Amino acid sequence: MAVPESLRRTSLFDTHVSLGGRMVPFAGWEMPVQYEGILAEARAVRSGAGLFDVSHMGRLEITGPGAAEFLDRVLSVDVPGLRQWRARYNLICDGNGGIIDDCIVYRLGDERFLVIPNAANSDAVLDWFSKRDSGLDFELQNVTEATAMIAHQGPQALDMVAGLTPYDVTSLKMFAAAETEVAGAKALLARTGYTGEDGVELIVSADAAPTVWRALSEKGAVPCGLGSRDVLRLEAGLLLHGNDMDTSVNPYEAGLEKFVSPDRDGYAAGESLRQIRDHGVGRKLVGFVLHGKGIPRHGYAIMDGLIPIGEVTSGSHSPTLDMSIGMGYVPIGYAAVGSRFQIDMRGRAVDAEVTALPFYSRRKNA
Amino acid sequence: MNPPDLMYSEEHEWVRSRPGGVAEIGITEFAAESLGDVVFVELPSVGEELTQFGKMGEIESVKTVSDLFIPLSGKVLEVNANATDSPEVVNDGPYDGGWLLRVSMTDESELDKLMSADQYEAFLASQE
Repeated sequence: MAVPESLRRTSLFDTHVSLGGRMVPFAGWEMPVQYEGILAEARAVRSGAGLFDVSHMGRLEITGPGAAEFLDRVLSVDVPGLRQWRARYNLICDGNGGIIDDCIVYRLGDERFLVIPNAANSDAVLDWFSKRDSGLDFELQNVTEATAMIAHQGPQALDMVAGLTPYDVTSLKMFAAAETEVAGAKALLARTGYTGEDGVELIVSADAAPTVWRALSEKGAVPCGLGSRDVLRLEAGLLLHGNDMDTSVNPYEAGLEKFVSPDRDGYAAGESLRQIRDHGVGRKLVGFVLHGKGIPRHGYAIMDGLIPIGEVTSGSHSPTLDMSIGMGYVPIGYAAVGSRFQIDMRGRAVDAEVTALPFYSRRKNA
Repeated sequence: MNPPDLMYSEEHEWVRSRPGGVAEIGITEFAAESLGDVVFVELPSVGEELTQFGKMGEIESVKTVSDLFIPLSGKVLEVNANATDSPEVVNDGPYDGGWLLRVSMTDESELDKLMSADQYEAFLASQE
């Protein structure tokens, strides 16, 4: 008999249930997919501010004299060059240049870093890390259970959090972080996010999370689930690992080459990535808008007439643009903005057109 | 929650009998809530003849896409243009403003193959 998989719960689980969150299994965790409704929550983030529990994402602390050199071996960016209290988006690539995960790395001290992998990939990342650590003096501590992470996103987010912390939030640069207090709790406060809006992400102790959540929602932030998070990140042209990238694609195909520095000595994926860079790629991830009804969904075929040329990796109705949008991999010849193809929508061919990413940016669409 | 004067199918559609052998058809509150935000509704054209439990269209929400099945045979008299133009009406009022089709019933005895509100609620409970 199969043993049912037991789902992990974040320290905000009771908060979600009391707020009417619809709980679903996600990457081994029981998470809220929505409260009020996906579209209402997405609009709240674009116009005011929303709150997301992202505690299911991994939190790995890497400390010690060898920490920077170790991370420089496994992350796609120059880690020794990362300044303290700064964060960078980067990829974790395997020996073939395939994308094991994408993550944010924070430098919290000379010899102290924090890495945030995706929930579903935490084990794969730890496994890859363990193969690359020989001869270096550092410690890796998984603090996922001990801490919680809240994303507070939207044009009003900074104003709201400013009333709860002694730190001058507006002075915090994009992709910068600070250790301070929020709603009386010790917090790592970072100006990062995954929605295309301004805002912050906070890491607090697991115990403190419900208090911090309540304080932010009392300021007017709307509780949001994973459903709206997915819509918002797609509008912002941000890729989701497991949907839009995995170990079968490389950063150049995914359009993420600006987050890759392959020429560093000792970088594990460097040689593969240099080869890919120098030889070029045959397919690219593109964003497209649909000229017709329906939502292009993960796995739908991209067609040129009767010939399948690729697959949709993500798609949604965009409440901000009021149209259907998607992403997928197509041969280079179809990747230019304005290229046209069709999406096989359950047997119905619907026209689609390649558009520049992101679909939405708060500057462009303001 | 599920109006007692309607009949229900296992595919979560409802039927409201109107005078003159006309049936109004929609999806249940359970279906609307399970789908979440409805963004597209595709329905047959006026004049089409459909057979009980056959496919009558598609309904798509942000989360998922589902086939719609007609709960009884009939000829389409009217399509709710509000539902196709502003699909959120299906979430706002699945039993009133969010109705989908009006058909002339082919065989009123087909209603016997559907469930009462009580039976439908028992059916929902058994599905959990």
